[in-house]
Amino acid sequence: MKFIKIAAAALVAASCIAGVALAHGYKIGALEIGHPWTRATAPGAKVGAGYMKIKNTGTETDRLIAGSSAIAGHVEIHEMAMTNGVMIMREVKGGIEIPAGATVELKPGGYHVMFMDLTGQIKEGEKVKGTLRFEKAGSIEVEFAAEKIGAGSMNHSGHDAAKKP
Amino acid sequence: MVAALAAAIGFLAVQRLAPSANVAEPVPIGGPFRLTSEAGKPITDADLLGKPFALYFGFTRCPDVCPTSMADVAVLLQRLGPLAADFRVYFVSVDPERDTAALLAEYTDAFDPRIVGLTGTPDEIAAIAKVYRAYYRKVPTSQGDYTMDHTATIYLMDAQGRFAATIAYQEAADTALAKLRRLLGPE
Repeated sequence: MKFIKIAAAALVAASCIAGVALAHGYKIGALEIGHPWTRATAPGAKVGAGYMKIKNTGTETDRLIAGSSAIAGHVEIHEMAMTNGVMIMREVKGGIEIPAGATVELKPGGYHVMFMDLTGQIKEGEKVKGTLRFEKAGSIEVEFAAEKIGAGSMNHSGHDAAKKP
Repeated sequence: MVAALAAAIGFLAVQRLAPSANVAEPVPIGGPFRLTSEAGKPITDADLLGKPFALYFGFTRCPDVCPTSMADVAVLLQRLGPLAADFRVYFVSVDPERDTAALLAEYTDAFDPRIVGLTGTPDEIAAIAKVYRAYYRKVPTSQGDYTMDHTATIYLMDAQGRFAATIAYQEAADTALAKLRRLLGPE
């Protein structure tokens, strides 16, 4: 496995006001993975969600097809959408497409890797180890920075709060 | 064709001018229910009369919208200060198979003790969802697991148990606060 941990400050530093987790990133093949993060979970909650940005600097489409983590019984790739006030969540069959030259963001309200059957509570400030598997680029180990329980919501200056429409 | 169109317009006009009970009456939101509280005790709509309350449909295995909404609610409750001292937000599980009263207590208290988990039999959950016009559905996933689609709106109900307003997912905090202040403030 070839992966080089890079300081991807430019990717997310500007939006990472909370300062809970410093921006971090990874590179595998033509893919750059920016700041994987997750949220602290409530006690009793058996699921968590992982988010990140994936940039494809290559010339071929790749796909995020699977993941795993020691903290989860299994990991699925989901997409969430709000339709007329209803939250709809679907497993993404065949994985998330990362077109050549494009950046795809896994973020609250959209794509996420879902940690199912958590073996324990995710606590703020932790680094959750996980593996992401791409169709072409292969597998890479990453760490998801655990932010506060409501990170990314309306009341917090998390990664996405400022960028939401 | 023209006649049909004219008839249709005429029909609509009649409907607008003379709403009949089965066409244009506003559909009430909220009503009777019978559930089990996070303390494991029976709770009905009658127990909530006398104070405004909020109600949300969710489940503890919800990765995004439920924890985000409940974290938002916790911040809103804090910002309301003493006004919300006796205010309760009921988190009704749409996954009663997995969400026991004890699990809901632990889950909701992680956000704020004023958020109270409610569960019930599948029939009881179906009944409250029906009176609140809420939608939920179990969706299987590939690895033998399942997730739930569900209405993710916060219902604000007045002291008589009547529908007052909603707070949408990721609604601006200030708008949500204004609605809550109106609900909780003096008449």
